[in-house]
Amino acid sequence: MNFLHIFALARKEFLALMRDKRSRIIIIVPPILQLFIFGFAATYDLNDVPVAVYNEDSGGASRELLARIEGSPHFSILYEISNDNEIAPLIDNREVLLVIRLDQRFSANLQRGDPAPLQLIIDGRNSNTAMTALNYLRDVVLDFNREWQREHGQTGPPVKLEMRAWYNENLQSQWFIVPGIVGSLMLVVTLLVTALSVAREREQGTFDQLLVTPLRPVEILIGKAVPGIVIGLLEATLIILLMVWFFDIPLRGSIPALYLGILLFLVATVGIGLMISSICVTQQQAILGAFLFIVPAVILSGFTTPIANMPEVVQWLTYLDPLRYFLVIVRGVTLEGDSFALLFHQFWPMAIIGAVTLVLAAWLFRHRMS
Amino acid sequence: MITIMDNPVLIFRNVRQVFTRAEHALCALDDVSFDIIPGQVTGLIGPDGAGKTTLMRLACGLLRPESGTISALGLDAVAESQIVQSAVGYMPQRFGLYEDLSVQENLDLYAELQGLPQEKRAIRYTELMHMTGLAPFTARLAGQLSGGMKQKLGLACALLRAPRLLLLDEPTVGVDPVSRRELWAIVYQQVKEQGMSVLLSTAYLDEAERCNEVLLLHQGKLLGQGAPAEFSAKVQGRIFQVSAAGISHRQLQTRLDQAPGVLDALVEGETVRLVMEPEIQPTAENLLPGLDDVHIQPVAPRFEDAFVARLKVRHNGTADLGGMNLHIDSRDGEEVIRVHKLLRRFGDFIAVNNVSFNVKRGEIFGLLGANGAGKTTTFRMLCGLLPASGGELSVAGLDLHIARAEARRHIGYMAQKFSLYGDLSVMQNLRFFASAYGLRSDHQDERVKWAINTFELADYGETNARDLPLGFKQRLSFAAALMHEPEILFLDEPTSGVDPLARREFWARTNALAEAGVTVLVTTHFMEEANYCDRLVIMAEGTVLAEGTPREMKARARTVDNPDPSMEDAFIRLIEQREQNNAMEIVA
Amino acid sequence: MSASLRRLWGMIRKESLQILRDPSSISIAFIMPVVLLLLFGYGVSLDAKNIPLGIVIEQPDTAAQSLAGAFDRSEFFHPQRFAAIQEAQQALIERRIDGILWLRNDFSSRLLSGDEAPIGVFVNGVDSNQANITKGYIQGTWLAWLQHFSAARGRALDLPVSMEQRVWFNPALSSHLFLVPGLIAIIMTMIGSLLTAMVVAREWERGTMEALMVTPLRMGEMLIGKLIPYFMLGMGGMLLSVAMALFLFNVPLLSPVWLLMLCSALFMLVSLAIGLLISIVTRNQFLAGQVALVVSFLPSFLLSGFLFDIHSMPGWVQTITYLVPARYFVAILQTLFLAGPVWPVILANAGAMLFMLLILATLVVKKSYKRLD
Repeated sequence: MNFLHIFALARKEFLALMRDKRSRIIIIVPPILQLFIFGFAATYDLNDVPVAVYNEDSGGASRELLARIEGSPHFSILYEISNDNEIAPLIDNREVLLVIRLDQRFSANLQRGDPAPLQLIIDGRNSNTAMTALNYLRDVVLDFNREWQREHGQTGPPVKLEMRAWYNENLQSQWFIVPGIVGSLMLVVTLLVTALSVAREREQGTFDQLLVTPLRPVEILIGKAVPGIVIGLLEATLIILLMVWFFDIPLRGSIPALYLGILLFLVATVGIGLMISSICVTQQQAILGAFLFIVPAVILSGFTTPIANMPEVVQWLTYLDPLRYFLVIVRGVTLEGDSFALLFHQFWPMAIIGAVTLVLAAWLFRHRMS
Repeated sequence: MITIMDNPVLIFRNVRQVFTRAEHALCALDDVSFDIIPGQVTGLIGPDGAGKTTLMRLACGLLRPESGTISALGLDAVAESQIVQSAVGYMPQRFGLYEDLSVQENLDLYAELQGLPQEKRAIRYTELMHMTGLAPFTARLAGQLSGGMKQKLGLACALLRAPRLLLLDEPTVGVDPVSRRELWAIVYQQVKEQGMSVLLSTAYLDEAERCNEVLLLHQGKLLGQGAPAEFSAKVQGRIFQVSAAGISHRQLQTRLDQAPGVLDALVEGETVRLVMEPEIQPTAENLLPGLDDVHIQPVAPRFEDAFVARLKVRHNGTADLGGMNLHIDSRDGEEVIRVHKLLRRFGDFIAVNNVSFNVKRGEIFGLLGANGAGKTTTFRMLCGLLPASGGELSVAGLDLHIARAEARRHIGYMAQKFSLYGDLSVMQNLRFFASAYGLRSDHQDERVKWAINTFELADYGETNARDLPLGFKQRLSFAAALMHEPEILFLDEPTSGVDPLARREFWARTNALAEAGVTVLVTTHFMEEANYCDRLVIMAEGTVLAEGTPREMKARARTVDNPDPSMEDAFIRLIEQREQNNAMEIVA
Repeated sequence: MSASLRRLWGMIRKESLQILRDPSSISIAFIMPVVLLLLFGYGVSLDAKNIPLGIVIEQPDTAAQSLAGAFDRSEFFHPQRFAAIQEAQQALIERRIDGILWLRNDFSSRLLSGDEAPIGVFVNGVDSNQANITKGYIQGTWLAWLQHFSAARGRALDLPVSMEQRVWFNPALSSHLFLVPGLIAIIMTMIGSLLTAMVVAREWERGTMEALMVTPLRMGEMLIGKLIPYFMLGMGGMLLSVAMALFLFNVPLLSPVWLLMLCSALFMLVSLAIGLLISIVTRNQFLAGQVALVVSFLPSFLLSGFLFDIHSMPGWVQTITYLVPARYFVAILQTLFLAGPVWPVILANAGAMLFMLLILATLVVKKSYKRLD
């Protein structure tokens, strides 16, 4: 192996990437677009859930409870209705997500110590939103109960839950989603850069020119892999800095462990990219191929929905996805403060994926040459 | 609509068209004015980038001129473009066919679009299919036709409704000589039978002579209009053929090119064709002092001579390759490239079938043939880009496909289309290839300097290779292939799309290399370029039709009617013979 | 047949033949929907089941066992016992469990003495959504047990306010009921915008557009001739997706099929108009693909309310969502499938799509002329 050859190739790849407007766009635009749109739009937290209230009760207790609901940032009471018939149109037309109904005896029952039901009608079309809203509301009601019982000298329930969330104490979606973006973004950029690199040369005819030089296939392969890895490293650093400074996400764990993860993830991604590249003849096919890998890889990585919720067969598939391991590392290092030892079981699968795909890419490379 | 028969079918008045691309404006057409009279074939002649396609598109209202007026068939091409487009027939470059539709489906589509009545279709289809020889292939997908067949199908689609004005944009590019000849026959038949007017653009200067009238376009300017003979008449008496004994025709050409009073010297078979500066008569003493047996004979001028005389500026440099340290021990007659019964299959298709030839050191060896003849496949196998399915081949004693990477250090390769890195500057490209061939620091600087000087690239050092003018792209590719001073050069269609002047420069350099002992293997579809070769093979459908020197090839085509056949005549003759043989085999 | 209809017919036939012969069109229209639906239908689920929960019981007596038993029986949890809280916390750190329920050794005594017995609950908050859901399930299981426990001791549980919830449209709150209908919008966007943009751009690239232009064919005829076959293709993809939604994922369709078809047709036209516009502006397959991805595919994924609730996005992002046609179609789809023909929702959203269609169609017509410049 001749390092002068590899250096010359890698240098050429960089120059070509940086001087071509299209490649520059591919490297720069999707990351920024994704970071900001995902960072802000992709949230499961609910704010200002539109609520309608049907309060038949005239007592002070119902007003106090409603004041607490209104006071929560999660809810905003848009309608006060006074008729059963009004409920259906509001929900059907998506004017409100939730209708809260308090019957005439609500305050009276409370005062007497009888159970006072809070009737809720919720739009279940988006099940996740419905469930989250109910959870928020339950917290408000439990708080109310506890205080009511304390003020009125009643004994509370014999058991109390003391809930504590680790790592993401306020349970903010952004803390979950933004570190995930680091991974999916690196995947998209490195995969596109490497998947296109050989296909572009094939399409432009420069690949033949390269093959008739004394460069060896392995040297070409490494020369093509190096820029993908270096660009991925720079990109990752940029996004992590933005993540910490702009989105205020903590960085609690071992930074060397994070970078080891990044490096292994990049090797695996570059291997897959080069495999796609050595199969495809045109850039069109390479983009399609990259796309066909990226979509399932992101969906099955646990980026937005947990792997544990998937059927078992699908869960097996996720073991082939390098992003799956990398997301655990990023989230582990940022939120959970993980060290090397804890992440060991995420490192080695990526190393294996990287080794296998690179060898396969080299093999395909040789065979596609004929 | 009443038009008098003799009114021009196409009128351009002071037409100017500018394109802005990547900051700098490019003047595609500059103050072009002409009339085209009906009922004849007008050739729009000019090298690539002259503005031919722009002119064609303007004529059918696909572009709006910056300034000036255009009228086609008496209609304003801008304001009444819909009517113009309904009335003219147009075949764009690459023929405008749907490759995933069959021949019949393409015809049906265009018949429908052009409103050819149902009842007339059957007759017209039969007529056109017969004329183009496509009748047996109506069910075949257009994408699976050969280049020549595609071109004829494109023409048939444009002719469905027998338009009064037919515009053909480079219909003959990349098509073999036989198909070209057939196309011309069809065009003239239409002119005669239907009274059609035809405007046809081409980069082949030799096709000018087949037109009734010629528009000569160069760098957006109309250089002249007239019958082809009028152009050549201007250089009458300045054209000579020179032959001399005891000197190779390449050395002869090199010496003549530097001789006083000579504007242009071109190898033509075993002789050299001269275009003299005006008012200078060549004599043996002036041109070739010290040589005996020099024959100088005046010959009839051709269109290309007129073109060269009009545009070539004599410069006093030679095709100097100074600084090429070629370490070639000239054991003459050693065979450097050997090809024996070479075979290449792609699935069921046999692209190269039983091809054999040998190339000696210092020879320029040509592979001639139409697109699809198997030239490029043979070539790629020799360079090690493609494994052979059978047979033997060796380059400098090795099969490059299985040899160590280092073995490729001996060869230089220039691909068919421009294939250097478009996003890299000229300097970056040269430096990259120098490193790829393992040239280190000082040696690398020296070679890059050599390339910049020899190929006059200094003005473009920081320009992106993509933005170079065509001729300079070709120079750069050539320079990159020579960075490591290879002993064997592979040149695949090196001159396609390059204007005649740049081609001359290219061949002068190649000649100099061959004189220095470099072995050159070159493919080309320009038949007249075969004259530069020492020996050549002509290929068709994957097999070798003939092998020999250019003179031997032409001798085969010599007949009573045609005592001095061109290379193209020889080629067509070989193809015809082959078809006869095939027919006889079928009968037998 | 008039000349114009003949030309139109010629174009339609040509486009249809090309679609049939191009494997990539067929695969985008029919294989992609199947793959995406399977992937999303099975791969994407927000419904937590079998959450690994560590239960630490420091004093294993009846009360503690009974509470733990409630968690054992719940389909939402997959409890594991730990002897000491440290072990459980280590397991949480190592991601072997997602939450801990910690019953201290004084749990039973305080419970029986009427003292408030605290239960420590820790959840891994990294996936905040999942953590919220886990929290909700823990609270639910705990409340149910509490009621049962109190009842068994002959006194009702005194909860001043209790929630009685009724969930409309999706009582089981299963996430694929809303993800699958939403996916239909994504699939139609792909066929309408991505495929159409690339296919039309191909005509420019291959030079066939030039040949078409120099015929009596009018631009309007060409556009309609292209629209009809791709419209059919898109509707085919839609029907396939609907069939999969109904029969494979058992999503109910509570509205008449004709209404679904009508709304889908409208959205298809909007998508096609976007695709045509992109191809006319870019005239290059590579660029058309990129632009379609950025302006049409990604927004319909992220900004349509398909996965993420629009209402909770920051104001400026919400404003952007009004420009995303999929936003309106996703709302219609979720309503048509799960709630039935709620006219105000359908009319408002269809009206918005119609308005977009008119603007886009005007732009397409304005931008397409029989010239190359």
